[in-house]
Amino acid sequence: MSTVNKGLYARRKFRSRMFLSLAVLAAGFGIVWLGFILGALFYNGFTAFDPKLFSQMTPPPGADGGLANAIFGSVVMSGLAVVLATPIGLLAGTYLAEYGRYGRLAFFVRFVNDILLSAPSIITGLFIYVLVVYQTPDSYGTKVCTQLLGSNCFMGHFSAVAGVLSLMVIVIPVVVRTSENMLLLVPNGLREAAAALGAPRSNVIRAVTWRAARAGIVTGVLLAVARISGETAPLLFTALNNQFMSTDLSQPMASLPAVIFQFALSPYEYWHKLAWAGALLITAAVLTVSIIARLLQPKRS
Amino acid sequence: MADSAVAEQMLSIPQRAAAVAKGGVRDTRFRALTFIAALLVLFIFAGVMASLIDGAMPAIKAFGWSFLSSTDWNPVTQKFGALPSIYGTLVSSFLAMFLAVPIGIGIAIFLTEICPRPLRRPIGIAIELLAGIPSIIYGIWGLFIFAPWFQEHVQTWLTNATGVGDTSTVDGSGVVLHAILVPLGWLIQHLCTWIPFLGDIFAGPPYGIGLFTASLILSIMILPFISSVTRDVFETVPHMLKEAAYGLGCTTWEVMWRVVLPFARTGVVGGAMLALGRALGETMAVTFVIGNDHHIHESLFAPATTISASIANEFTEAVGDLYTSSLIELGLILFFITFVVLASAQLMLYALERRAGGAS
Repeated sequence: MSTVNKGLYARRKFRSRMFLSLAVLAAGFGIVWLGFILGALFYNGFTAFDPKLFSQMTPPPGADGGLANAIFGSVVMSGLAVVLATPIGLLAGTYLAEYGRYGRLAFFVRFVNDILLSAPSIITGLFIYVLVVYQTPDSYGTKVCTQLLGSNCFMGHFSAVAGVLSLMVIVIPVVVRTSENMLLLVPNGLREAAAALGAPRSNVIRAVTWRAARAGIVTGVLLAVARISGETAPLLFTALNNQFMSTDLSQPMASLPAVIFQFALSPYEYWHKLAWAGALLITAAVLTVSIIARLLQPKRS
Repeated sequence: MADSAVAEQMLSIPQRAAAVAKGGVRDTRFRALTFIAALLVLFIFAGVMASLIDGAMPAIKAFGWSFLSSTDWNPVTQKFGALPSIYGTLVSSFLAMFLAVPIGIGIAIFLTEICPRPLRRPIGIAIELLAGIPSIIYGIWGLFIFAPWFQEHVQTWLTNATGVGDTSTVDGSGVVLHAILVPLGWLIQHLCTWIPFLGDIFAGPPYGIGLFTASLILSIMILPFISSVTRDVFETVPHMLKEAAYGLGCTTWEVMWRVVLPFARTGVVGGAMLALGRALGETMAVTFVIGNDHHIHESLFAPATTISASIANEFTEAVGDLYTSSLIELGLILFFITFVVLASAQLMLYALERRAGGAS
């Protein structure tokens, strides 16, 4: 061994150590910031926490109150959106995985779906705004709606229905993506065995493939729930906000994210506290749902 | 259904034929149903484009192409231009990427190579969970905690370091920070003498909120996303390749830099572009801290606006068709930009998938 080589080894070793230390630093740096955020959130959230949050309405400036109407609105709108969007997403995912797997159309749908999956959520809000809220009484959209429903109950103004629609536009791509992925994980042997028994294809899909992929599909739905429960942008100009408890879907409805947005940007100290408490509630809900989703998630083969 | 198999033994031949026919009809119906659902995805996409174009029509007619290049934003005189918003969107996103990509890749390297094995899974899961935290949380943290802190401790100092030149006064920021900031300030000061425009970038009064703060928060927000995607891609690198490189006597860094990264390149770039798509369209983390100012300032510390922040801040208060429709046209531009970014990211990732499929 010559000394030149020794120098080379030392240099390479030093380079390796240096860059790996940089990686450790990067990791430490990133994790510290994320830790700060969670720390501040939990500290401020718990300081502001109060059982009244669940029983009282959002207060006007200077008064005491809670977040009951916002919590209710969030639960109702997210729940409805998930319930209505899941069947659509599941069926579309089934088409992609079972019928159209290698087809041109399936490729195209998959591509468009992936774009929708990461498209900015504020665009979704604008879409539903133009589609529902922006309609005038004599516009084409309102006429179609009146024909279909018998009454024009929600076109032309802000409403919880518009909020639900915009959340659905976010849920559908998530469910399509995960249910397709999960259905593709089901071994073909299962499908062939069922088909060999003489079961029609639709029965094979419903009784065998869906059942085998059930855990994965539920995971997808839960991920969608986690995704929309913190969405603010699409609700701002569809469901708007409501200072009072409202169960009328044709009227504006409060939601936690919209209330946080309004309260955090206000000058009132008490509203800031409520915003923190709301932020903690959302984070807790999202983390719980994602953890459940993770536990249910099937191992990748 | 499940009972049909049991009942089948008792069916006569015509009954069987009827059952098969019924199954056939159900099949067709079910297939049609899934087909319609799949088409609905396309319709949503087409609907988004059509409705944005429809809503933006008054503004498109009124301003034409000059909307893209105009810096006006005056609701009183009804003159609107998109350039400041586009500028803010692009600058904040690229700055955020500039900060978050190296750190995100660093975290991924740490998780796949350096981190002690028992800690890998918990830290990996923690990062994935953080990627799911709603952006409004980052926004509210930025507004209440980060911006005031940044204003008091970092901004004043950085402005001094790059401009006036007094770096020794770092008020009330503690010994540790002081020990880091003073030599750093000396370094930056010397950089400024070589790069003249550096002073302008950090000039101006320290508001706390502004383009730079928004970029920092954006970068923290996309960090978990980048690192979890990168880690996933790193884990697809075959062990054989790495072991072969180690067998040739490569150091850990050489394996990462010359084997793992080149192999994972497409995936990392695709993942980074997905993150860019997120950053471009991010609303809540930015709206709180950007300041909503429709002017282009040279300084990164000055307030600015992005497309999504303009829409979120002004939409419900917009009076008059032209104002509303200008905001919708901003949305249309954002949709176009993110479409280009996301579409190229997707195509890149598809190519990667095909390669992975072919290799195995």
